[in-house]
Amino acid sequence: MIKMLSGNEAVARGSWEAGVAVASAYPGTPSTEILENLARYPNVYAEWAPNEKVAVDVAIGAAYAGKRAMAAMKHVGLNVAADSFMYAALTGAEAGLVIISADDPQMHSSQNEQDNRTFAKFARVPCLEPSDSQEAKDMTIAAFGLSERFDAPVLLRLTTRICHSSGAVELGERIDLPAQVKKYPRNQAKYVMVPANALPRHPLVEQRQKAIAEMAETFPYNRIERGDRSLGIITNGVAYQYAREVFPTASILRLGMTWPLPEKMIRQFAASVERLVVVEELDPFIEEAVRLMGIAVEGKSIFPIVGELDPRLVRESAVNAGLLPVSAHVPLPNVDTGPLPARPPVLCPGCPHRSTFYILSKLKVPVNGDIGCYGLGLPTPGGNVVLTIGCMGAGIGVAHGAAKAGSTEHHVAVVGDSTFFHTGIPALINVVYNRAPVVTVILDNRITGMTGHQENPGTGRTLQGQETFEIEFEPLVRALGVKHVKTVEAFEMDEIEATLKEYIKLDEPSVLITREPCALLPEGRIKWLPLAVIAEKCNGCALCFRVACPAILKSEELDEHYQRPKALIDASLCTGCEVCAQICPRDAITFRPVQDPVEGGRP
Amino acid sequence: MNNTINFLLVGVGGQGTILASDLLVNVGLAAGYQAKQAEVHGMSQRGGSVVSHVRWGKVVYSPLIGAGEVDVYLAFEKLEALRHLNKVRPEALALVSLEMIMPVSLTTSDQSYPGDAQVRAAVAKATSRAIYIDAAGMAAGLGNPRVANVIMLGALSKAIEEQSLTDGRLSLDTWLKAVTERVPARYVELNQKAFLAGREIS
Repeated sequence: MIKMLSGNEAVARGSWEAGVAVASAYPGTPSTEILENLARYPNVYAEWAPNEKVAVDVAIGAAYAGKRAMAAMKHVGLNVAADSFMYAALTGAEAGLVIISADDPQMHSSQNEQDNRTFAKFARVPCLEPSDSQEAKDMTIAAFGLSERFDAPVLLRLTTRICHSSGAVELGERIDLPAQVKKYPRNQAKYVMVPANALPRHPLVEQRQKAIAEMAETFPYNRIERGDRSLGIITNGVAYQYAREVFPTASILRLGMTWPLPEKMIRQFAASVERLVVVEELDPFIEEAVRLMGIAVEGKSIFPIVGELDPRLVRESAVNAGLLPVSAHVPLPNVDTGPLPARPPVLCPGCPHRSTFYILSKLKVPVNGDIGCYGLGLPTPGGNVVLTIGCMGAGIGVAHGAAKAGSTEHHVAVVGDSTFFHTGIPALINVVYNRAPVVTVILDNRITGMTGHQENPGTGRTLQGQETFEIEFEPLVRALGVKHVKTVEAFEMDEIEATLKEYIKLDEPSVLITREPCALLPEGRIKWLPLAVIAEKCNGCALCFRVACPAILKSEELDEHYQRPKALIDASLCTGCEVCAQICPRDAITFRPVQDPVEGGRP
Repeated sequence: MNNTINFLLVGVGGQGTILASDLLVNVGLAAGYQAKQAEVHGMSQRGGSVVSHVRWGKVVYSPLIGAGEVDVYLAFEKLEALRHLNKVRPEALALVSLEMIMPVSLTTSDQSYPGDAQVRAAVAKATSRAIYIDAAGMAAGLGNPRVANVIMLGALSKAIEEQSLTDGRLSLDTWLKAVTERVPARYVELNQKAFLAGREIS
């Protein structure tokens, strides 16, 4: 059977067909849909872990126990999981262990665009890179086989354009693996990585790498497509598709395994062509390795090291470098649209984070932000008080450091519910332990939001839909030793403002938890009730524009006295969160009618 | 047809751009082409800019269409129609919805939404083969604003037939079957009606 599958759906299918028994992941674009899809297959245990390091440890444990296992994450997740990834490279396991890294060239939804092939080289494990959805499925299956053959974890490296592109995939059946669980291995020399055991493992890893490199010479996903001798191209991943399209007559060496490299194959290919060029996204990873073999090669002198490639970029770079004739240049239409209003990602209408950000901007306190929807802040002049964002869980530690450096401003860290579970907790422990007057605001919208609504340890449900214990923030934070803790409904703006004003005067740690489900969740949607502007009362003061809500528009009607556009609410977008109604100084925006509280209305 | 036919779909999160491109890629596959689709998820929550690439052909390598190689431009929103116009092939077939969705940047700055004449003039410089469609109005007429995307697809199916962009292997049944498979059962009839209404646009 043939089906259109995205790369992520194909990896999920491939894992299932390969007989994976345990899979763990933390959501992160562009990797999230791998586990979301795998979770729906029968006879697979799939879970969201609180962070990627835990996910990799879980996969390792399952593979030690003799079951095929995997962990999936976005590229920066592997930074978090690196500690575990590195010991697994030394120990190997009792069954196939595949670690999936979904890199994000162009940073469509990331804080950097690191090239994780380097992690495979660093750990001395194989790196597989599919070029389309069919290969994403097939190479996932191959990865489990390689892992068992060489007793090594395998890094399956995807990129956004593999994860989120769809193509036809031939579906197969699940491999029939024995169901019984083996005895947990009693092999401390292999699995207890104290120095006395770990040191003898290192030479084995070096030998293993040589054996894998030898196998790479005949690995079916490394292949030569013979064409003209004048130009030879070495390429990988999605870049192969661009190269194949742009250079239809060139000879191509497509590497499906980019670490370790098949040196003999590369030497023979190089010797068979007049000019050798590597087409790869991000780092000159293949290029540098080929140059170290003493082979003349070009790559990043022609194609950009920054951002993702696409067919146009490859073609125009090739024309500039004389690899293609000038006639290959593709003209663009002669259009000049002038500057256009941007449509940046913003907090959705009804977002429970909007109220807190508005208050923080009103109080003019510097905020250390974190990764998630609240990273969007309020994109208004003077409204965006988020001054730093680094990575998952960074904000609290950064606020602590700034306070310890003697900064006299009040230090506020803002973090989401899922991010707090991910890496926020140790940072808050540090704030308490080492005594800094950091105000931590946990924006609890009852879900992992930015990646599209994944369950987390605070939601009471697992990835596979089971009910589970719902970890509550207030008792957790109190148990860590924070004395000043308050949970407030996210749209109670007066209470949030009063609490923050109190907390920023303290010389002790404090935590404010704002709580309200994401407006896009089913339990949020049933409460939607659009508000309206009372045009006679509005004088166009524009204060409500400062909450940067997509549902608030400029009306064509001007205020008679000031000649300013009045506000208008788009009823098709408004959820009735009442943030604008609460800040309007002229009571020109309606509140919800007083309702039965069961219906969700606030008086 | 040439080796490939390249569709670029642009719109605003919530307009059904992704659903339309899912449908389109499956139609290509059902018609016996190689078909690929590329889109970016993640930051495209409600109100964000959405771009989706769909390609059909005898052989399709890249899932992305290089700028300057878009054969069919399907814009679900007028401002987004302008934003990605510089990616089309000169004289591409363009189907532009007249729907306007105001971005937040209008209330947080002095910028204004481009006027209808400005949009049409810019599109006319890129291509003389542009069709403007009141998809939102037609959808409202059918009783559900969410089917504007399928109305646009209906119009597209007719336009590529008339302009002989494919080699005639696409039947109306292939399209309707793809609609049936992709939308929830209780909306099948409405979406088929919307698709056929789109085909009536000239």
